[in-house]
Amino acid sequence: MSILVFAEHDNSTLKAETLKTVAAAQAIGGDINLLVAGHNCQSVVDAAAKVNGVSKVLVADNAAYEHQLAENVSLLVTELANDYEHIIATALTTGKNFMPRVAALLDVTQISDIIAVESSDTFVRPIYAGNAIATVQSLDTKKIITVRATGFDAVATDGNAEVVALDTATDAGNSSHVSDELTESERPDLGAASVVISGGRGMQNGDNFKLLDGIADKLGAAIGASRAAVDAGFVPNDMQVGQTGKIVAPDLYIAVGISGAIQHLAGMKDSKIIVAINKDPEAPIFQVADYGIVADLFDALPELEAKL
Amino acid sequence: MKVLVPIKRVIDYNVKVRVKPDNSNVDLANIKMAINPFCEIAVEEAVRLKEAGVATEIIAVSIGEKSCQEQLRTALALGADRAIQIETSESLDSLNIAKLLQKIVEEEQPQLVILGKQAIDSDNNQTGQMLGALTGMPQGTFASMVKVDGDKVNVTREIDGGLQTVALNLPAIVTTDLRLNEPRYASLPNIMKAKRKPLVVKAAADFDVDLAPRTKLLKVTPPATRQAGIVVETIDELVEKLKNEAKVIS
Repeated sequence: MSILVFAEHDNSTLKAETLKTVAAAQAIGGDINLLVAGHNCQSVVDAAAKVNGVSKVLVADNAAYEHQLAENVSLLVTELANDYEHIIATALTTGKNFMPRVAALLDVTQISDIIAVESSDTFVRPIYAGNAIATVQSLDTKKIITVRATGFDAVATDGNAEVVALDTATDAGNSSHVSDELTESERPDLGAASVVISGGRGMQNGDNFKLLDGIADKLGAAIGASRAAVDAGFVPNDMQVGQTGKIVAPDLYIAVGISGAIQHLAGMKDSKIIVAINKDPEAPIFQVADYGIVADLFDALPELEAKL
Repeated sequence: MKVLVPIKRVIDYNVKVRVKPDNSNVDLANIKMAINPFCEIAVEEAVRLKEAGVATEIIAVSIGEKSCQEQLRTALALGADRAIQIETSESLDSLNIAKLLQKIVEEEQPQLVILGKQAIDSDNNQTGQMLGALTGMPQGTFASMVKVDGDKVNVTREIDGGLQTVALNLPAIVTTDLRLNEPRYASLPNIMKAKRKPLVVKAAADFDVDLAPRTKLLKVTPPATRQAGIVVETIDELVEKLKNEAKVIS
């Protein structure tokens, strides 16, 4: 059996989640090839070649793939599909965007967001915001899968895979990239951080999120937010943790001024240790927190920062 | 231009679902159902495009049992002009849903299809993209802004690192994210008016689409529950616990 794994990257860095997606591929079992589709992405190729368990890195370096437009990337992956029984991508915004197109082009359905592999055709995935866990068998001959990275442990990176350049350039010609407006941050990626501190509606405004900075600095943490804080315009959308935002499972998750709606819990309840700081003792967040403190966050945060 | 808005009837987002004791599926008996929140945002966006003079007609479509007419009436009350129900009692995979929608796209020839990015029951996030591939349309998924400009539409998308704007040739697919708009409440007169708007029922079986299931649901179990922990009194105690008991900070 052969498995094609799509590498998530930004043309300069291979995303850490890809290492977990390769682990999912290993759980299925078979010869694993990693596809790097991008433009001027040699550093990603170098990193991809070191990923353990990968026999071959396929490189499609072309302007058509620079922004990984779904229309173009799905054609590329479909072109390669003949050689593989499983095609796998990480359930991040790039994979979520183009993979269902691949599935439809191949006339198979997609199994989204798997958290465990039962066998080569049977997978486990959360449904209803993680309030139920489904075991699903794919009846299609080809399996198109996206992987929730938090379900798997990253593979090591001391491998040495063969690098093969592809000379394909598939440009659907019906879409183009206009601009990116990316959040600049020195902090670790939300998906990769071992500590995450998130603020909710209780933060009251965007300025108050600065109260989280000092703590995040001391803990090497990423900063997240609840949907309420994003909707209110306190912070940008890429910070949203939850059912339809980012799914995180750090060693330590600190929820500040977050009540704990089921949609938020869906994005963080697999964290190893959860701390809740909230002035409402009835807040549902306390039902999942390992350590809770009933306090006004404006008193608790400066004190916590001072004592770390 | 015509805008097609496919919508889904799902569990109300405030309701926490329970798994059936026999682990065959979740228990939806006597549970409050509603229009999927992302689909509601899709309807709202279409209505705003009509109010702005960009869209001329909004068609809502839903696939399911007769009960989904309730959600179609909701869409009509929000401002859709007419509705189509594709009747089926089967729970269809996303690909089959997309194939049925493809037939409606062929019949109606919309310039824009706006869908929710994901349904909050199956959490698949697939149908819009699949419809894009089947119809050959480009897609702007996870949209937080939609601007129609001549024969193109610019879609600003919520991506992992921030925002990305793409330009798509029309006809095109848009899937909505939470920040696209805040849906209005349907007014009582509009709810009354919606009852008289046209709603056509078609049978899924009449569409010459292979609806054989592509997946088999083997079992559904409740998630591992987290034990509620302890409430600490002071920050000192919290820091001490994190260092010495949980050992997650040093």
